[in-house]
Amino acid sequence: MRDGGMGELRMSRAVFEAVRAHGEEAYPEECCGALLGRRVEGGWAVEAALRAGNTRTESARNRYGISPLELIGAKREAGRLGVEIAGFYHSHPDHPAQWSRTDLQESHWVGCVYVITAVAEGRATVSNSFLLEGTSEEDKRFEGQRIEVLEG
Amino acid sequence: MTIVIPTPLRVFTGGKDSLDVAAGTIAGALEELTTVYPDLRKHLFRAEGKMRAFVNIYLNDEDMRYLPEKEATAVKASDTLSIIPSIAGGVA
Ligand SMILES: [Zn+2]
Repeated sequence: MRDGGMGELRMSRAVFEAVRAHGEEAYPEECCGALLGRRVEGGWAVEAALRAGNTRTESARNRYGISPLELIGAKREAGRLGVEIAGFYHSHPDHPAQWSRTDLQESHWVGCVYVITAVAEGRATVSNSFLLEGTSEEDKRFEGQRIEVLEG
Repeated sequence: MTIVIPTPLRVFTGGKDSLDVAAGTIAGALEELTTVYPDLRKHLFRAEGKMRAFVNIYLNDEDMRYLPEKEATAVKASDTLSIIPSIAGGVA
């Protein structure tokens, strides 16, 4: 799937809706969480979403951060489920579901997915997935992925 | 002790998500890790040898930055050292 085509992120309807509901509940602040899943051809298949608190309490309307301690817990949960930390999600209150310069600068999990949901006036609208590609801090970049929502 | 390796760094460890090392301190454990997997070094440390700012090192549930002896902190075989690149972002 790396020959110019978009990779894809697979997730169940339940996980997809849970991520979006979190964005609506946190509005007008940014929500965030971890995505657990396994590697598949072309990307990741996400099996669970774990909510995290937003550590950026002083600027939560336009910043997010996840405490490393919560990540230690997420890693433990991933191990229990036999999966990995596949990536993260956060919301953009009243902003498009596109990564920002700050998002790229502060993303360091190369090979993982970052799902962004736009929340307009409290309602989740578009969700987009971006794979952090590259080999290092110096050449990292976001590549858009199609989100394939699996019904049932 | 056990060192837990995060998803993005597993391409440098042949896919392994942890490594058991026999080290006396946090610094010793990281030295052993980067000796076993030399490609990891530049992802954890800047050229002059300082830890990259976005790399968090936790000894069990404690941030190494707040341990009085930092990387010189003594470790036991039953300890877990987690490497956690930070997760953050923001609009504009
Ligand atoms: Zn963002």
